[in-house]
Amino acid sequence: MEKLLEEFSLGLFFWQCLLFGLLLFLLWKFAWKPILNAVNEREDGIKDALAAAEDAKKEMQNVTADSEKLLKEARAEREAMLKEAREIKDKLIADSKEQAKVEGDKMLKQAQAAIESEKKAAVADIKSQVANLSVDIAEKVIKEQLSSKEKQLKLVEDMLGDIKLN
Amino acid sequence: MSRYFTRFLLVMALLLSANSFAKENETSSESGKDLKTEIKEYIQHHLKDSHDFSLFSYTTDAGEHKYVGFPLPVILWDNGLKVFSSSKFHHGETLAEVDGNFYKLYHSKIYKTDAQGTINYDEAHHPTNAKPIDFSITKSVVMIFITGLLMFLLFRGLAKSYTKNNGIPTGVGRFFEPIVLYIRDDIARPNIGEEKYKRYMPYLLSIFFFIWFLNIFGLTPLGVNVTGNIAITFALALLTFLFTNLTGTKDYWMHIFDPLGDTLPWYGKLFLYPILIPIELLGVIIKPFSLLIRLYANMQAGHIVLMSLIGLMFLFKSWLGSPLSFGLAFAISLIEVLVALLQAYIFTMLSALYFGFAAVEHDHADAH
Repeated sequence: MEKLLEEFSLGLFFWQCLLFGLLLFLLWKFAWKPILNAVNEREDGIKDALAAAEDAKKEMQNVTADSEKLLKEARAEREAMLKEAREIKDKLIADSKEQAKVEGDKMLKQAQAAIESEKKAAVADIKSQVANLSVDIAEKVIKEQLSSKEKQLKLVEDMLGDIKLN
Repeated sequence: MSRYFTRFLLVMALLLSANSFAKENETSSESGKDLKTEIKEYIQHHLKDSHDFSLFSYTTDAGEHKYVGFPLPVILWDNGLKVFSSSKFHHGETLAEVDGNFYKLYHSKIYKTDAQGTINYDEAHHPTNAKPIDFSITKSVVMIFITGLLMFLLFRGLAKSYTKNNGIPTGVGRFFEPIVLYIRDDIARPNIGEEKYKRYMPYLLSIFFFIWFLNIFGLTPLGVNVTGNIAITFALALLTFLFTNLTGTKDYWMHIFDPLGDTLPWYGKLFLYPILIPIELLGVIIKPFSLLIRLYANMQAGHIVLMSLIGLMFLFKSWLGSPLSFGLAFAISLIEVLVALLQAYIFTMLSALYFGFAAVEHDHADAH
């Protein structure tokens, strides 16, 4: 202890107090304060950024959920529209088919009627021509057959024979 | 980070090797005394403060002492201020005459003597000559100043780099910022508490780096034993003491003057407190006193061990002994680098702990 006291130098103690006090003051003001503030600021910044990132993540999730919902709705709507369109198309086709059939039938009938009348006209024509022809032929045959007496007689006999049969 | 750390280690290793080299030079020769006492005296001399900044000395062939270094101003208060250069002492070899007074440098202390420079001793071989009050700018004062300047430039630079670089330190600040954060997060916060740690931070940071840097400088070739000087550690411990007690809360003082609180009725306290209160008051002083002694003793012991081992190299003078003690000295040097950091840490840590006691605020009833 005595040795320690002997070693103690008042001058050095004085200088140490003075210089260290000065150093403490200067560092306090010009170094530690700005350093600690900057570090705190940075840490707060990091904290804020993390919180913001978390918020953004949540927001993102919300947005994704929303868009998924929207997408689903849109898909459903599209399907509904497609279905409707298909129905309309089917109906249109069916309608037009039916109409076409009706029209065709109608036309067919008209055609058949026309053919029928034409046929009738033709048959009538043929009949008259056949009648004329057969009259002509009959005239000629008769003229031939009745050219002689015997033949006229024979005819009369045959006819009479036929009438009997009838 | 690791790149800087490697560079730091490299520089330290260089400084350490230069350190032992410088000391080899110093101890090499002195005629008259035997080597053992010479080494002992040299170590004694080194541990003390010095009035001039000498790096090493040697003796020429003509037997003349040569010192490499520079003198420092001596400031004495002896019935008036007396300022002169320490070169007047010629490293204690001559008397300094100032205004008709004679001063002699004896074991690193300045005594007032007569014209012949006689030193009178008492029975215990202590000089009885008058000692003028010595405010000299000694080697230690120079080192304190240099360390302070270095710290200011370093940490001012760190502070500035934040604004310049968007809150990210650059250069050497990258090495020191984690240490600053460590002191904040692992020393101040847990010991003092979240609400109050901020006002103690500047002091804790200052003492940590101050002690650490000076410890490290003590291991360099400059070889100044600043933190191993009782006046320095006393001043630092005094500051911790003052900070602790000037910022003490009501609870802190209650804890000293009424340690048992409501757990004991007043008539019981009447018997116990005459013993307890002096113990508590003694504790207030012993806490910083332990800081003072711990730092002083550790640094002093480190320097003694290291220099003794270096001294052994010259005593052995053999192919086996000298390399062995060199190896030991090198190993101890490395340990001393660790001790330098450790002691700074312990001083800061315990200061923070005491501040924590002083800043305590709690409900007395449930805390005991």
